[in-house]
Amino acid sequence: MRKLVALVAGLIFGLGLVVSDMINPARVLGFLDLFGGAWDPTLAFVMIGAVLVMAIAWLLAGARRQPVFGGDLPGPASSLIDARLIGGAAVFGFGWGLVGLCPGPALAGLLVGGFSVWVFIAAMIAGMGALNITNTKGST
Amino acid sequence: MNFDLTNALFGLGGGILIGLSAALLLLANGRIAGISGIAGSLVALKLPATWRESALFLAGLVAAPAIYALVVSPPDIKITGSVPLLVTGGVLVGIGSRLGSGCTSGHGVCGISRLSKRSILATATFMAIAIATVTISRHLIAA
Repeated sequence: MRKLVALVAGLIFGLGLVVSDMINPARVLGFLDLFGGAWDPTLAFVMIGAVLVMAIAWLLAGARRQPVFGGDLPGPASSLIDARLIGGAAVFGFGWGLVGLCPGPALAGLLVGGFSVWVFIAAMIAGMGALNITNTKGST
Repeated sequence: MNFDLTNALFGLGGGILIGLSAALLLLANGRIAGISGIAGSLVALKLPATWRESALFLAGLVAAPAIYALVVSPPDIKITGSVPLLVTGGVLVGIGSRLGSGCTSGHGVCGISRLSKRSILATATFMAIAIATVTISRHLIAA
């Protein structure tokens, strides 16, 4: 059942990215181009919709001991603010601003976005893998 | 890009779908719908015990736009960028999202909605840097 839930959640997430047009980097860059004179606020509406629904979900989760299909709910959010968090977010923001793609829309575009999306995903996976390996080595 | 009321309504509707997906994953499975976290956990030397769930979530994410393209219409995906730019952007997004423990979905949606200080600060940071990057590349370098 957990696996079916995961698949359905993935399908809904992908549909949301298509419906909102966040799958289109040109739309995302239109939001990030705040000072270009023709600002596109679509991304803000997407965030408002998603955050409002998810805020209700966190309230419902707070009233539960465990998820419906077993396992554990996530623990309380960490409050650690460090250079890794801010530096990582800055590096991510730089890459996001260069192309207009972040991990969700990139993967959602795998079958419909063509060659450019493949190049981006390959590079992104390489970046993630490289950091994972560095982390594994660092922790042992 | 052009923006009108339709974009706002579809943006809100699509955002609600994204929120429902994340809500389902949290309440049913106890998992956070952060795409970089889910994808990143699958390119590690040691796979997590829940790797099958993660792979199925990503399969749904990849399949939905393709199904939409067949049933409704192919989504318009405009990418302007040379291969070196795409590679640079992809590597930075991959490294940055793992280093900062999240991206637009993990920090932006799942974290902000529980008022996590880390996520609010991370989102403010990557938004500011992304806006600065677009502003500089479009209006200072390209101009």
